[in-house]
Amino acid sequence: MANTTDFGYDSKIEGDIVVTRVDAAVNWFRKNSLWPMPMGLACCAIELMAAGASRFDISRFGSEVMRFSPRQSDVMIVAGTVTYKMALAVRRIYDQMPEPKWVIAMGACASTGGMYRSYAVLQGVDNILPVDVYVAGCPPRPEALLDALIKLQNKIQKEPVLAT
Amino acid sequence: MTAIELANQLKARFGDLLAAPVEFRGEVTLKLADAGRIAEVCEFAKKSLGFDMLLDLSSVDNYGDDPRWTVVYELYGMGHHCHLRLKTDVSEEKSELPTVTGVWRTADWHEREAYDMMGVRFRGHPDLRRILMWDGYPYFPLRKDFPLAGKPTEMPDIAFTKPAPLEGGPFVTVAGGKDTIAREPRVRVSESDAK
Ligand code: SF4
Repeated sequence: MANTTDFGYDSKIEGDIVVTRVDAAVNWFRKNSLWPMPMGLACCAIELMAAGASRFDISRFGSEVMRFSPRQSDVMIVAGTVTYKMALAVRRIYDQMPEPKWVIAMGACASTGGMYRSYAVLQGVDNILPVDVYVAGCPPRPEALLDALIKLQNKIQKEPVLAT
Repeated sequence: MTAIELANQLKARFGDLLAAPVEFRGEVTLKLADAGRIAEVCEFAKKSLGFDMLLDLSSVDNYGDDPRWTVVYELYGMGHHCHLRLKTDVSEEKSELPTVTGVWRTADWHEREAYDMMGVRFRGHPDLRRILMWDGYPYFPLRKDFPLAGKPTEMPDIAFTKPAPLEGGPFVTVAGGKDTIAREPRVRVSESDAK
């Protein structure tokens, strides 16, 4: 193999130049490393765990770093039945997450209270938090959660960063 | 040793306090007339008859009847493998009976649950707090006169509740209906409510 080292500008070393907008670049950074806060409250959390394991492998979408500290997480995945006893704790953890932050309501319970029309269960986590993506299912399959993640990424890509 | 023999021994010791043992589908039930002596009966069942385990303790709301509460004790002996059920009635005015935590320590959380859900108090319990709902929740949600949807409450910084939308429900399935339409969950008004 011939040695073809040239001096001056080398596109193999310097790379191609990409022209973009700051909005698009920042959103691209954000959407590809969404660190989840796994708010696993009931059975749906098992599917959340499956989404993190090797068969479904959530790390393909940059979200494998489950953070149990709200200070380090970007997206809260509410996976399970939110009881009234837990509701304000969920809200407090959400409040502790730094901006920007998003919420995925995973499963029928987190979205609407599910089959629990009862005195003990909050009828949808959107009563206390702003939810970005709802996932249907009881429980949703891991693919559905990954689909929600991709939808959230698409949403983040369109958000104005500097406009506000 | 069978459950019915053990039940008869218990009856022999306490006489008229206990009704005659009833056997139904292989399970023996004894009814205790005076709830105030439940701890004594349990103590004897454990110490002398080998019922060393309390499987469960639950409460029943006989809404509309007097006495309103029935407290049910499920006893089991690991030595003789016999199961015995004790029942005792408690009136609504009293709503109190002695604890059996001194006999079986496991009764502690069972009694807390019965207190939390039904509002029956256990005299002498070491720590009779709510176990599922939070301290300060004003209702007893398993009582028959408590609506399924719940009632609104508010405790700042602790918890709140709101009635759940039932859309005319509850939705009730009917076992053994002739087709799916007859069986599936629907709003059904029971005949006793309809009149
Ligand atoms: S939606 Fe279904 S699987 Fe998920 S937490 Fe509720 S009951 Fe469990």
